Amino acid sequence: MKFFIEIRKLLILSIIIYLLLKITILTNIPTEYLVQITLYSFIVVLSALGLNIIYGYTGQFSLGHAAFYGIGAYFTAYITKTFEIESIPLFLVALMLGGIFTAIIAYIIGGPILRLKDDFLAIATLGFGILVRVFLDNADRISEVLGGSRGLVGINKITNLELTYFILVFFIIVTRNLIDSRYGLFWRAIKNDEIAANSIGVNTFKQKLIAFVYGCFLAGIAGGLYAHLYTFLHPSNFDILKSIDFLIIVIIGGMGSISGTIIAGLFWVFFIEGLRIILPSEILEYRWVLIPVLLIIIMMVRPYGLMVKKEGY
Amino acid sequence: METFLYILQQFINGIQLGAVYALIALGYTMVYGVLRMINFAHGDVFMLGAFISYYAISKFSLPFPIVILLSALITAIIAILIEKIAYRPLRNAPKISLLITAVGVSLFLEYTLSLNVFFTPNYIGFPRPFEIKSYELSLLTINSIHIIIITVTLISLLLLYLLIYKTKYGIAMRAASHDIEIAKLMGINIDNIISFTFGIGGALAGIGGLLYSIAYPQINVFMGIMPGIKSFIAAVLGGIGVIHGAVLGGIIIGIAEVFVSAFLSSTFRDGVIFIILFIFLLFRPNGIFGKRIEKV
Repeated sequence: MKFFIEIRKLLILSIIIYLLLKITILTNIPTEYLVQITLYSFIVVLSALGLNIIYGYTGQFSLGHAAFYGIGAYFTAYITKTFEIESIPLFLVALMLGGIFTAIIAYIIGGPILRLKDDFLAIATLGFGILVRVFLDNADRISEVLGGSRGLVGINKITNLELTYFILVFFIIVTRNLIDSRYGLFWRAIKNDEIAANSIGVNTFKQKLIAFVYGCFLAGIAGGLYAHLYTFLHPSNFDILKSIDFLIIVIIGGMGSISGTIIAGLFWVFFIEGLRIILPSEILEYRWVLIPVLLIIIMMVRPYGLMVKKEGY
Repeated sequence: METFLYILQQFINGIQLGAVYALIALGYTMVYGVLRMINFAHGDVFMLGAFISYYAISKFSLPFPIVILLSALITAIIAILIEKIAYRPLRNAPKISLLITAVGVSLFLEYTLSLNVFFTPNYIGFPRPFEIKSYELSLLTINSIHIIIITVTLISLLLLYLLIYKTKYGIAMRAASHDIEIAKLMGINIDNIISFTFGIGGALAGIGGLLYSIAYPQINVFMGIMPGIKSFIAAVLGGIGVIHGAVLGGIIIGIAEVFVSAFLSSTFRDGVIFIILFIFLLFRPNGIFGKRIEKV
């Protein structure tokens, strides 16, 4: 009973936030740019949520999250372009297909590489990220539509506030329930001590794979939304720097904290974009000098993330 | 006959590139041996070596041997400083925190140097410190770049060998990479040994940066990323923590890269190297010479 009350609370809260957002947008006070950034921040939160499942909850370090985000984006854009999809219900189908395709790739890749640990896993996922980048750069040899290093252009702009927001809310609720379910328990057990988890009968490899595939599925969905928000994709949008972006969000928000990821994701996007507006272009270059310093200091002071004090959940 | 000579020519080019990878891979493998961490910033130390030699050659026009020593010395100091400032406070922290810090250091070095105050994010042409002489052997061409890169690498490897196997510091370093706790009990000052390891690795990477930019005379602040990652793969290939493994791995990666560029397409070379990495991680994760069983 408590569970349903909590879900109801969450739904009411999300609808209130939605109405507030909708009214603010209808008043025409925020510029189109600001609306776009807001939608983008929701997309980033959705993808970062996927990384939080993989890294924050299950403890499998991945430096290739942006590659899955990119796979989702390219696949969904390819489908909507070839079938000339413009209506929202069909777009939802395309989005689902994009997510499922990303999940299948994650399953194929995750099978071998999840046997690795810590820094070797990091190198393997990083390597996968670079492989995807090389593939996307040469993708025009497979199909002219994909554009290769010229980028994929002319995608329909379908993503809107309702779509992004409710997909995000839906997946936040799904993720929360997953974390509360036995799966979430398995994942946290693996993170805390893989040997111990194995010895009490958790099939650690299978559980790691489930977490990885689910996390990458979220990244794929987020990628599909991203493609139809900015209507232009380029392989350089999905390189390692982007993966580090997601990683920073998970670290700032605290590993293994959904609310932390949401707050950190929104904060991060507006922080980066805000710097772009506020700072003159000469000083703007300094942000990538300050961000790594920030990252190093966070790691020294709070090795488990800003909002989480100690290991665990 | 012609195809054979062409293959042989590519083989020589591959060894030239592989020699540079071997120099960088040694730094990765030694640091991994002692600290069990992947020093992501190592590729940027390599980049710094290239920039230091650029300044030494173009602004101060120093003679070539002094340029080598200078870039090795400065990069060694920088590598030691990186360890002291960024990694030492985290020695007992979880592994991943150390890895994230290393990524942070790497980004910091790249973007700080790409500011217009220091260098620019653009490519800069690298002046050759010596005249290029080509020696034609029927269809085979060997030029002074090949000879210098391979000679300098061989001398560095010889010095490294003497340092590691014939001096007290080398013995202490090998002891630390065997078992850091026991090494401590034997009265070895671990902090000094770790600094020493980073210094040697940094010096080798600095020399590598100089040699790489002689062969490919274009330098850029982001030039260290791909050679850094490939050299790490070379270290994994040879068995991480094993010193001669890093050299062999570097040469294999160099030859593989040159052959893919020559016979397939240069756009696929990065992809092929990662496929080699995947195959090795799956079937022989300890590398060619690796004996340590890392199973948990």
